[in-house]
Amino acid sequence: MMIADGIEDEEKWLAEGIAGIQHNAFYLHRAVESNNLREALKYSAQLLSELRTSRLSPHKYYELYMRAFDELRRLEMFFKDEDRHGCSVVDLYELVQHAGNVLPRLYLLCTVGSVYIKSKEAPAKDVLKDLVEMCRSVQHPIRGLFLRSYLAQISRDKLPDIGSEYEGDGDTVMDAVDFVLQNFTEMNKLWVRMQHQGPIRVKEKLDKERSKLRDLVGKNLHVLSQVEGVDLEIYKDTVLPRVLEQVVNCKDELAQYYLMDCIIQVFPDEYHLQTLETLLGAFPQLQPAVDIKTVLSQLMDRLSNYAASSAEVLPEFLQVEAFAKLSNAIGKVIEAQVEMPVVGAISLYVSLLTFALRVHSDRLDYVDQVLGACVKKLSGSPKLEDNKATKQVVALLTAPLEKYNDIDTALTLSNYPRVMDHLDAGTNKIMAMVLIQSIMKYNTCVSTAEKVDVLFELIKGLIKDIDGTLADELDEEDFKEEQNSVARLVHMLYNDDPEEMLQIICTVRKHIMAGGPKRLPFTVPPLVFSALKLVRRLQGLDGEVAGEEVPATPRKIFQLLNQIIEALSNVPSPELALRLYLQCAEAANDCDLEPVAYEFFTQAFVLYEEEVADSKAQVTSIHLIIGTLQRMNAFGVENRDTLTHKATGYSAKLLKKPDQCRAVYACSHLFWVDDQDGIKDGERVLLCLKRSLRIANAAQQMANVTRGTGGPVTLFVEILNKYLYFFEKGNPQITSAAIQGLIELIKTEMQSDTATPDPASDAFFACTLRYIEFQKQKGGAMGEKYDSIRI
Amino acid sequence: MVLVLALGDLHIPHRAPDLPAKFKSMLVPGKIQHIICTGNLCIKEVHDYLKTICPDLHITRGEYDEETRYPETKTLTIGQFKLGICHGHQVIPWGDLDSLAMLQRQLDVDILVTGHTHQFTAYKHEAGVVINPGSATGAYSSITYDVNPSFVLMDIDGLRVVVYVYELIDGEVKVDKIDFKKTTASANSAH
Repeated sequence: MMIADGIEDEEKWLAEGIAGIQHNAFYLHRAVESNNLREALKYSAQLLSELRTSRLSPHKYYELYMRAFDELRRLEMFFKDEDRHGCSVVDLYELVQHAGNVLPRLYLLCTVGSVYIKSKEAPAKDVLKDLVEMCRSVQHPIRGLFLRSYLAQISRDKLPDIGSEYEGDGDTVMDAVDFVLQNFTEMNKLWVRMQHQGPIRVKEKLDKERSKLRDLVGKNLHVLSQVEGVDLEIYKDTVLPRVLEQVVNCKDELAQYYLMDCIIQVFPDEYHLQTLETLLGAFPQLQPAVDIKTVLSQLMDRLSNYAASSAEVLPEFLQVEAFAKLSNAIGKVIEAQVEMPVVGAISLYVSLLTFALRVHSDRLDYVDQVLGACVKKLSGSPKLEDNKATKQVVALLTAPLEKYNDIDTALTLSNYPRVMDHLDAGTNKIMAMVLIQSIMKYNTCVSTAEKVDVLFELIKGLIKDIDGTLADELDEEDFKEEQNSVARLVHMLYNDDPEEMLQIICTVRKHIMAGGPKRLPFTVPPLVFSALKLVRRLQGLDGEVAGEEVPATPRKIFQLLNQIIEALSNVPSPELALRLYLQCAEAANDCDLEPVAYEFFTQAFVLYEEEVADSKAQVTSIHLIIGTLQRMNAFGVENRDTLTHKATGYSAKLLKKPDQCRAVYACSHLFWVDDQDGIKDGERVLLCLKRSLRIANAAQQMANVTRGTGGPVTLFVEILNKYLYFFEKGNPQITSAAIQGLIELIKTEMQSDTATPDPASDAFFACTLRYIEFQKQKGGAMGEKYDSIRI
Repeated sequence: MVLVLALGDLHIPHRAPDLPAKFKSMLVPGKIQHIICTGNLCIKEVHDYLKTICPDLHITRGEYDEETRYPETKTLTIGQFKLGICHGHQVIPWGDLDSLAMLQRQLDVDILVTGHTHQFTAYKHEAGVVINPGSATGAYSSITYDVNPSFVLMDIDGLRVVVYVYELIDGEVKVDKIDFKKTTASANSAH
């Protein structure tokens, strides 16, 4: 029985074997030292008999073998030295064949054979042939394997290779090849036969044991690959066919898997390329249980790396039609192995795709073909739930992005969206993010509405709720990140041509409108600003160019903008919408479209009146309205009056008095614009300032009443500064007397009993006075103006 | 020598996808001691990014900022200089230097850093210096046409501040510098 019953027993037997070897080795050494050939042969034969055991597992047998191996090395040195033992190598070769048992006999024969070949007294090929045939006598799998392994080892450096010393008239590299191939074939047969020894119930253990010995078999292939004389022709005509013959015929899945892999690893990629058909032709003939896909993937990966290594090899690939062959082979394998899980098939396609991208990067049709095959496979299977399979699909989809830094290319692959459709919602979103990141990373610009449409279809998992997954279920941080990514993406969609750009904007709008209230606050602003940029580009054009109506006009875009911003009312997002309306108003003003600008202001005011309830938000919003309105120059008197009236009215109605005060004096600027044609209504400016002063007074009194102390005089100082502002601008209604009055007022307030000391307002006032002094010192017109003011 | 980065109005992701790559490669962590930001980042991601460049980050609120709790104004002292920050949409008329001068007097600072117009300016007046670092991303502005991405680096050394402005013009980073000096080391500002 081959497999030991118990590990303890095995240890014991191994120990016994080693002891036996050591015992005989002792006498062997003595014989060698005294140049006693007969004795040496006797004891070496005895020593080698230990290898006749059947009781050891391969692992343990190997240990025993190594001990014997060491002894045989010394013996070989003794054999070589004819002077010492007086026997010619030819005679020695004869002599050792008298050993009693076959195994020791053959080990000795091989050892002498090594010496024989070295002596060159016979052609290498003859000796090798003799040895490889003789070894047939040992048919026991383990013993035979190790014996032939020994033969392989000692013959390695003695093969009649091209350029070797053993090459001769009769000896050619073909003889070397024949020898190695024969040894290989016999070794494989023995190896395969190992599994038939021992009861079936220990098959897994058997396979494991067998695995350990596989390198002994594979070594032969390695040796073949090292033979200089094995060129492409010999490989193609002799080596590969014979190796494949053995691989197929042995009908053993363990051997087949290992050896196919070995062939691929050991021989150069160039050879594989040139024998692709033969190599691939072997796959369908293998046992069904062999993991072909892994081997195929290995092959493709190697070939991909080969292609990447230098551009010069690429034409070769085309010449042998590598892609077509591989594609067919994969198709056949997937078809044949119905049991193959989806992840296996997809990983095959990933390898094939990588191959196509490396070797035929200009052939987008190949890339699309692979994706198409993948779609076909995915369509036939239930929706992907397997994590590994999903990862493979993502890898499949990411590969073209990384190869072609330009998203455009991925967008032209017709099967790309179809593959994405087969992803579950979560992975779809991950893939969508990958797409966006790819665009951002390579700073690519998506330049047509059509491409934008395709792109947004691809990333629809981010754009809207699909398949019943609700935006609510998602982690808020993740959701924000997603939507911000989409927002950033909008800025990458651009075309110089205004018509196309407008189409792009419309396409984006179409998609984001389906996003629902949660997404709109993120997606609307970038679209709005994209449109505003387009408006700016078109400024100056009216739309009627020689009678021909051009679709892209500022007017049309403003209509679009109105609709887009209006969508925010569903969220609702009044503050954001208000800001965007004001942006549009300013843009319309710059296009001189008074009614459009007025309409936008109306929208802003309506939102302010009806939706902005928070007092702090109101303060900011009213300042934005005032600030924007102050810059408007397209309004006629009536419209302007209506809006300024509203603005001042709301300013005075803010909740807190200080806020009221500040907003009202801000309104003073609505009536004074420094431009050439700007309004300069000195009276209304003064009215505003006086009004804000009244409010400041009221605030002060309120503070006295409610808190018993005066409030900070900051407001008064601010108003004073505003007086100075308009005084300098030349508003005739602002007199130095008024300013003087204010200064006195502030001083009084600061010195009053109820005054609250406030270093900030003190400093502010001090700075202001210092400024006045500075202006006085200026001399000239300014100095004159300030002359009458005493501080 | 204290390096202060001043930037603002990035408007990410509303108006711009990201900082220009050339700026990003210049803003290396550990080189800058303080960051002053006028506002309108607009999202937390940008805040976090700025923090990686320098943890001492001072921000004021812009009208589009996601974070509503940034202050309207902020003052801080760096070396001999008092600095004030305000986004600027609160000061009407927008970009008006005299109105900004009033704010500067109110905050009583030597250097006022403000934004909103997306237009780089460095202006000296009676109360001190007003610096607008422009928009770091070159974002769209209703006020300024043709905005080039820009930011400011201030080198504060004793009574002197050198203001470096970095502008991205046609794909190249151009640098300019302006010198300002305080006359006294006291709390009063420069004349």
